[in-house]
Amino acid sequence: MARIELKDLAHSYLPKPGGEDDFALKTIDLDWDDGGAYALLGASGCGKSTLLNIISGLLEPTRGQILFDGADMTHAPTTARNIAQVFQFPVVYDTMTVRDNLAFPLRNRGMQASYIKERVQQIAEMIGMDSQLSRKARGLTADEKQKISLGRGMVREDVNAILFDEPLTVIDPHMKWELRTQLKQLHREFGHTMIYVTHDQTEALTFADKVVVMHDGRVVQLGTPEELFEKPAHTFVGYFIGSPGMNLLDAKIDGSTATIGSHQVPLGAGYAALSGHTQIGIRPEFVTFTDDTNGLPVQVTQVEDVGRHRIVRVGFEGNTLCAVLPEGAPLPEGTQNITFMPDQIGVFENDWRVTPSTGGAS
Amino acid sequence: MDKPQNNRAWFMVLPVLLLVAFSAIIPLMTVVNYAFNDTFGNNAFFWVGVEWFKETLESDRMWGALQRQLIFSFTILAIEVPLGIAVALAMPKKGVWASVCLVLFALPLLIPWNVVGTIWQVFARIDIGLLGYSLGLIGIDFNLGQNASAAWVSVIMMDVWHWTSLVVLLAYAGLQSIPDAYYQAAKIDQASRWAVFRYVELPKLKGVLLIAVLLRFMDSFMIYTEPFVVTGGGPGSATTFLSIDLVKMALGQFDLGPAAAFSIMYFLVILLVSWAFYTIMVNLDREEERSE
Repeated sequence: MARIELKDLAHSYLPKPGGEDDFALKTIDLDWDDGGAYALLGASGCGKSTLLNIISGLLEPTRGQILFDGADMTHAPTTARNIAQVFQFPVVYDTMTVRDNLAFPLRNRGMQASYIKERVQQIAEMIGMDSQLSRKARGLTADEKQKISLGRGMVREDVNAILFDEPLTVIDPHMKWELRTQLKQLHREFGHTMIYVTHDQTEALTFADKVVVMHDGRVVQLGTPEELFEKPAHTFVGYFIGSPGMNLLDAKIDGSTATIGSHQVPLGAGYAALSGHTQIGIRPEFVTFTDDTNGLPVQVTQVEDVGRHRIVRVGFEGNTLCAVLPEGAPLPEGTQNITFMPDQIGVFENDWRVTPSTGGAS
Repeated sequence: MDKPQNNRAWFMVLPVLLLVAFSAIIPLMTVVNYAFNDTFGNNAFFWVGVEWFKETLESDRMWGALQRQLIFSFTILAIEVPLGIAVALAMPKKGVWASVCLVLFALPLLIPWNVVGTIWQVFARIDIGLLGYSLGLIGIDFNLGQNASAAWVSVIMMDVWHWTSLVVLLAYAGLQSIPDAYYQAAKIDQASRWAVFRYVELPKLKGVLLIAVLLRFMDSFMIYTEPFVVTGGGPGSATTFLSIDLVKMALGQFDLGPAAAFSIMYFLVILLVSWAFYTIMVNLDREEERSE
């Protein structure tokens, strides 16, 4: 187990990268605490898998350093890093039995037969495959194969970290839940550093203590699920986390008031003068319909019932906003007024969150 | 099911039927006809039953040729398959050199059989051939015409030179189809190079290797032109394989009856052995899947 530090890391798949656009990973500085359960969250193609492969040593970064407990591992081969990794699609050794598949990483490290036997049994029970240990792996279903891959990832006890690269993509939803819970439990029991790559926010938020959100080759925020929800550091986090994501509106910020077109919206705190492209962001959960004519006049366009609550989409001066309506609230129709909870409004300058200069909680 | 029956559709099949009849069925039936009859020309045939088959089965000459044929086929399989896999593994996976290698390996496959035979005939000659002359210099008598082992070595080396490429290309294609994730997982699991070959590459190559073995077996079992050009079946009958023997019998001695019986049995043997190969290999596959 180890603390993993990434220093000034960047990677390009091109042999001679020119501008910043050539880099799949732009500059990354990040520390992964020993024993943490992290999720690496981001849209497809944002560099999550690249980052993971650099940590496990399958890729060598173009620039920067990787330290394990302070020791430089940047150019160390995968075998020297002692890392386990589970891939998106199941990788099993077809001609081996389930037992041999699970024992493979241990045998390659020359462990004692008695220990291997015991450990394999333990892991097999955990992934629910103990009754099929003597079976050949090739005839198994995709979920079973992926369970073996997961098992093979977890079978070594002394690994520095376990990396998961969207491991539950091929697993059916019910089993997904169960396996995720097991992973979490395993984390509590053994305290391995775990990094879990996913583009599914539910998966990220339920698995991890800390979530790293990546966007376009950069880490835009590292925080607890609450922090990501309440104080997204970047408009991408606001938009990506939450269902539906945060509403963003271009606005002029003047002290504690935001001006959107001809309308004024009070903010929960005061801001210093901002120069760049300024926006306000508000989660749909904090948008309310009101009779007060001081609110923003909107046109209701669509209502989606998603079970526990309803999502109302409204049009406002060419923008589409979402509001979450609690169960039982009357359904708005036609032209309405909405207000935002002032404390929950975030201000963004050039996509990055701005800390207020006066008042407010943050 | 009141579909209107339109038998005119059969006319569409007629051209193909005619073609197949003239190219395969009629010639084959002619052979069958010769195998059960004796003839003295003038289209006069006398029924002899299984006489020719009995004669062929009782001839030492046929059994000798069959034995040599089997030794030849299994020897070249034993060399070409492992060698082909080894070469495919050593080839670059991508880039310019991968294309260069592919083209170079494809070259021998494009050379006509009799040219290959001629190349090796010249190559092995003791007076002007690079191989034969050099071996002579270091005191080895490599006279194809007199030395049976020299003839065998030449014929086998020639086949290996000509056909290993086929195994290489098939194995290379098989290797290319293995997703990177398998190699990455093996690295993560700290598998040795041998373990990667044994548990990742070989299982994925099984399908193409089955095809390679089948093709090489059938082809080598029917081999005629190349050894005929190099050794003419000699010295004596040391490299007289089945088809060389068959041609000698049919065209050299004009023994059409025994030759026809011989070819029918030859055909059946190839069919049978290929079928056996295929069934065994496919069953091995299934067995593995079923074993609990």
